[in-house]
Amino acid sequence: MFLVFFIVPLVLTLIVSFWDYTEYAIIPDFTFRNYQEIFEGCITGLPDLCMTFKTYWSTFKFSFIVWLLTLVIGFTVSYFLRFHVRTMTMQIVLFLLCTIPFWTSNVIRMISWIPLLGRNGLVNQGLLDVGLIDQRLDWLLYSEFSVILAFVHLYTLFMIVPIFNSMLRIDESLLEAAYDAGASGWQTLVNVVIPLCRPGIAIGSIFVITIIMGDFITIGIMGGQQIASIGKVIHVEMQYLQFPAAAANAVILLAAVLMIIYGLTRVVDIRKEL
Amino acid sequence: MDRIGHCRLTDLTKVYGDAVALKQVDLEIPAGQYCCLVGPSGCGKTSTLRMIAGHEQISGGEIHIDGKCMNKLAPSDRPTAMMFQDYALFPHLNCLDNVAFSLRMQGRPKVARHARARELLSLVHMGAYEKRLPSQLSGGQQQRVALARALVTNPSVLLLDEPLSALDPFLRVRMRDELRRLQLELGMTFVHVTHSQEEAMALADMVVVMNEGEIEQIDTPQGVYNRPASQFVARFIGGHNVFNATVAESTETGTRLNGNEGTTYLAPVADLSPGASVSFAVRSDKIALSRPGDTTVTNSVTSDVGLVEYQGAWVKLGLKAPDTGELTVMVTEDVFNQMPVQIGDRVVVSWIQSDIHFLGGKRMLSVADEWEGVR
Repeated sequence: MFLVFFIVPLVLTLIVSFWDYTEYAIIPDFTFRNYQEIFEGCITGLPDLCMTFKTYWSTFKFSFIVWLLTLVIGFTVSYFLRFHVRTMTMQIVLFLLCTIPFWTSNVIRMISWIPLLGRNGLVNQGLLDVGLIDQRLDWLLYSEFSVILAFVHLYTLFMIVPIFNSMLRIDESLLEAAYDAGASGWQTLVNVVIPLCRPGIAIGSIFVITIIMGDFITIGIMGGQQIASIGKVIHVEMQYLQFPAAAANAVILLAAVLMIIYGLTRVVDIRKEL
Repeated sequence: MDRIGHCRLTDLTKVYGDAVALKQVDLEIPAGQYCCLVGPSGCGKTSTLRMIAGHEQISGGEIHIDGKCMNKLAPSDRPTAMMFQDYALFPHLNCLDNVAFSLRMQGRPKVARHARARELLSLVHMGAYEKRLPSQLSGGQQQRVALARALVTNPSVLLLDEPLSALDPFLRVRMRDELRRLQLELGMTFVHVTHSQEEAMALADMVVVMNEGEIEQIDTPQGVYNRPASQFVARFIGGHNVFNATVAESTETGTRLNGNEGTTYLAPVADLSPGASVSFAVRSDKIALSRPGDTTVTNSVTSDVGLVEYQGAWVKLGLKAPDTGELTVMVTEDVFNQMPVQIGDRVVVSWIQSDIHFLGGKRMLSVADEWEGVR
């Protein structure tokens, strides 16, 4: 299974990335043309960023901002669930509440933002009625803001689950021991809770970062098809049947994501958690 | 050495919702004592300990340590340190950092706190393991580290919550000796919660037997064993047979008691009026064994052997007597060899008058006076 559904497609992508193509044909070959074209003028053009670098920069930027937001929100929610909700039943109920949005498809969840954030949407109307603004806000929808909002909405749960799992393993007597040793609430958080949540944080980060690095749907819908991302580039190339070029981009994206994950695993020993 | 850590609990009460866990307990622990709180689970011993530590809200009453009221102080502001049942070592910190944790929280510089932590680690013979994580240590080693961590702030009172329960029996005995040695060396008060009477007997200067949120007896280990204050203490401490009887007459030579089904006992002199129902205890090692037909006048019971358990120096016999229920008799191996019995044999057990110990209600001692001359 692992072989058929993981290794073979991966190897095929790698092979195709070295193939040649024309407007109407794909030619089995071994050429670096696809890779060269992706990075054409990227080094010589510095310090101005080429198209590819700009796209990566924008994707990294989204990943970082969303990662930070989901981490802060996810950690806070997990912390509340674990240490402030006293009964197990209540923990389960609230946890299920967090998962309710996942009962619908993520496309629907995205689209449902549109009537809310649009130029004539609820938020703009509400702000106008209250008198907080006198002109409708344009940046609410089809903007970086709406993309980030949708990402955070969609993927915070991927942070909550592993961090909550890590927190469940923290023995409450440890918090008591910290209290006994004179640690303040903040000191306990920094010196005990966060270090013990590191594996959960790392796993959640991998989920969120890999998803956002490869995303093209959310950026497409919420960005009004105006914001570039690596996923979007690959998607467009596929639509034009430029499979070798798409494959080359995919291989580079894969390498970039793997590097991020490698970096994370250097900081945190994830195997401890599994 | 100056002894520190005089604890006084007055009217200490703990209520959880409707349930009363501790009922107006008064307890005075003189400085430098090894005090064991012992009792079955749910007797309030752990609540008491946690209230002294400051980890549990006090519902009523007061706690004083060395004359200072502790009620409103946070755990770290009290001269106490707690050693948790499962040690509660921080799994992500090595031994050295675990021991130095509270110093780090105080903002002490690294060199100073590590020097102090090393001192403590060598006190508990763990100096060689300072770089190990708790998961790389055995249970006994973890316990030593936990002990070092608790002692690092120089507390006056060390609170130990079932410290030996997670260890295997062999290690338990060894750590027991070590706790005792350490306590004598440091001259501070240890308050040790346990459900094992054996542990309490072996370690304590003073044993506090608790039941259902109340103190049944405060005494030395010898006192608890030789003069159990109540039926509960006699049964909990073990090694006692408890009898119920009514007083027939009280004379200058002794008290004559009627047991069930016509048995009569002659007990020591006591101020009891005829007709009163009493209970008394006889230590199971003070009971003599003889064959039926040997004439024994008073204080004898005919019974059937139900259990013979060889325990080395002692042989434990479980007897079923028709009128007194089950009895436990401990005889030395020599005595047993002179008169070997088997399951199903009929025997007569007897004891002398002075080995009868009346069980009253609760007996409270003014411990501070009584312990003045212990050490």
